[in-house]
Amino acid sequence: MTAGLPPTTASEVDAPIWQPSSDLMAHKARSPRQLAWRRFRRNQLAILALGVISALAVIAILAPLIAPFDPTEVDRKAFGKPPSLEHLLGTDRSGRDVLSRLMHGARVSLSVGVVAVTIYLVIGITLGSLAGYRRGLTDAIIGRVTDTVMSFPGLIIILAVVPIVGRSPLNIMIVIGLLNWPAVTRLVRGEFLSLREREFTLAARGIGARDRRIILRHILPNVTGPLVVLASFGMAEAMIVEAGLSVLGLGIQPPDASWGGDLQAATDVGVLTQKPWLWMAPGAAIAIAVLSINFIGDGLRDALDPRAIVGRR
Amino acid sequence: MLRFITRRLLIAVPILLGVTIVTFGFANLAPGDPLSALVRPGSDIKGQDIERLKEALGLNKPVHERYVTWLGQIARGNLGVEIVGGGSIAKALTKRIPNTIKLMGTALTISVVMGVLLGVLSAFRQHSKLDKAMTVVVISGISLPPYLLAILAIYFLAVVPFQLFGIKLLPAGGLEDPVSTLPPLIDELWHLILPALVLAFAGTATFLRYTRASVLEVMRQDHVTTARSKGLAERRVRARHVLRNALLPVVTVLGLSLPSLIVGAIFVETLFSWPGVGQYAIEATREHDYPAIMAVGLLTSVVIIVSNLITDVTYAFVDPRIRVR
Repeated sequence: MTAGLPPTTASEVDAPIWQPSSDLMAHKARSPRQLAWRRFRRNQLAILALGVISALAVIAILAPLIAPFDPTEVDRKAFGKPPSLEHLLGTDRSGRDVLSRLMHGARVSLSVGVVAVTIYLVIGITLGSLAGYRRGLTDAIIGRVTDTVMSFPGLIIILAVVPIVGRSPLNIMIVIGLLNWPAVTRLVRGEFLSLREREFTLAARGIGARDRRIILRHILPNVTGPLVVLASFGMAEAMIVEAGLSVLGLGIQPPDASWGGDLQAATDVGVLTQKPWLWMAPGAAIAIAVLSINFIGDGLRDALDPRAIVGRR
Repeated sequence: MLRFITRRLLIAVPILLGVTIVTFGFANLAPGDPLSALVRPGSDIKGQDIERLKEALGLNKPVHERYVTWLGQIARGNLGVEIVGGGSIAKALTKRIPNTIKLMGTALTISVVMGVLLGVLSAFRQHSKLDKAMTVVVISGISLPPYLLAILAIYFLAVVPFQLFGIKLLPAGGLEDPVSTLPPLIDELWHLILPALVLAFAGTATFLRYTRASVLEVMRQDHVTTARSKGLAERRVRARHVLRNALLPVVTVLGLSLPSLIVGAIFVETLFSWPGVGQYAIEATREHDYPAIMAVGLLTSVVIIVSNLITDVTYAFVDPRIRVR
C-alpha cells in the first residue's frame, strides 16, 4: 500500500494528476469542492476562459448602461460604415452601431444557454432519477421515450416549431430545453442504477429514510460532478443552435440584437464580400463565447472526474 | 447472435412508431394549422371556403383518425404533396438524396480517416506537441459551428483569393458550374471540396477524441504489458495488440456521430447552395410546408434508427462480449 504514504517532495504535491495519496494526506483536510477547485485552477486555459465568460456576463448584464448606442437606433449619417472612432466596430446597413448590438446580443446568447440548459436539466434529472430508482416498468417506459426523442434530429423539430410558436428568445430557449433532456436522463439513470445498490443507500433505507429523501439527499449529490460537466457543454451547444437558427433566418431577426441574427448578414453576397466587419464581429463573438465555455467544461471534467483524466487529460 | 438481432429489431419498432407520433404531433398540434400557410393574410378565401378546404384536405377529422390515415399513406411510400406548389414530396426527395449522400459520404470518409489517423498518432505520442495541438483541434471541433466555418471558408478560400489576386481558387457554392470548361467530373469534385471539408471538421474532432481515448485505455491493459514483457517489439505490440482492440469501439462512434452530421449538413447545404435534403428542409420551413418538413423529419430519424441498429449489430458481431448484455 503506497497510497498511505505522505507526500515527500513538492513536485509530488503539485503533481498534475489527481492522487489520493497527496490529496488525502495533505496537511489540512479539504472538502471535495476545494479539491476540485485546486485541480481546476491548474488548467490555465480553463481559468482564462472563466475570465472571458465572466467579462461577457458582466457586459451582458450592464449592456443597456455601457453600450455606446441604442442597439436599434439608426444613425442617418452612417449606413454600413467601416469601423471608425465614433462607431468602433462600424455600423450595419441600416446605420445601427455594431458594437452596441454585440453587447446586447450577449444578453440573448448567454441567457438562451443558461435557461435552455436549466429546463432540460430539470426534466432530465426528474425522469432519470425516476427511471433509475424505480426500475421496472417506469424505467422501460421512460427508456423508450428517451430513445425516441434521441433518434430524432432535434434541429428539424426546432425548425418546424419555432416559426409557429414565434421567434422570441424565450420560445427558442423552451424548445431547445424540451428537446435535449435525453442525454441527462441517460446519465442520471445510469448513475442511479449503480448508486441505489451501494451501502450508503442501503444504510439510509435501513434507518427508515423515505424514497424522496434517499433520492434528493443521498443519491443525487453524487451525480453533481458529471451533471455540471454535461451542463457546461450543453450551454455551448444551446448557444450554437440558437445562433444557427438566426443565421438561417428562422430565429431572432434584426432589428432585435443577437449574434446569430447579425451573423446572418454574411448570407448576403454584398455584405460577405464588401463589408466583412458586419459578420466578422458577431462571428468572433460566437466563437469566443462557445470556445470559452467548452474550455471551462473541459477543465471541469478533469477537476470533477479524476477517473477521466487518463483518457482525456 | 440471432436472438440479439431479433431483440434489437423489436426494440426499434416502438421507437419508430414513437417517431411517427412525435412528427405528426409537432406538425399538427402546434398552434397555427397548415391552412394558415395556404391562406395568406389578405387573401379572399374566407369562412365557408376555408371549411371546404379543410374537408378536402381531411383537416376536420379528429387527430387520431388523421394520424392513422397518414401512417397508412407513409407505409405505402406516399409522402404526400408539398402544400406550396403541390409537387410530390417523394419525387423532390429522390432528386435530392443523391446530392446529400455525396456530400455526407465524402465528409464522413474524410472525418473517419483523418480522425482515426490523428487519434492514433496523438495517443502513441501522448503529451507530445502533436498531442497538445490535437486537443485544440478537438475543442475547436465542438466549438466552431458548421455555419461559421462555412462562412469563413467561403470568404477566405473563395472570395478573398478572387478579390485580391483574381484567382478562382474554389467555388463559393453550388453543385456544378453549368458553363464550366472543365470536364464534368473534375468540376463536380472542385465544387465538393469546400462543403465536404467544412462538414468533415466536427466529425474529425469526434473520431479523434474517441480513438485517442480508446488507444490510451487499451495501452494500459494487462495483455499489452504481457505482450511487451515477453519481448515483442513495440511496433508489433502496437499494431497487433493495441490497435486491433482499440479500433473496435470506434465503430460505435460511426452511428453516434450521424445526428450531428445531419444537422451539420443542413447548415452546410443551405450556405453552399447545395441542392440536398437539408436545403430542402430549410426551404420547406421558410414556407411553413408541414408535409415536407414531416417527410424530412421522418426520413432522417429512420436513417438514424437503422444506422444505430446496424452499428449495434456490427459491434456485437466483432466483439462477442457485447452480446451477453
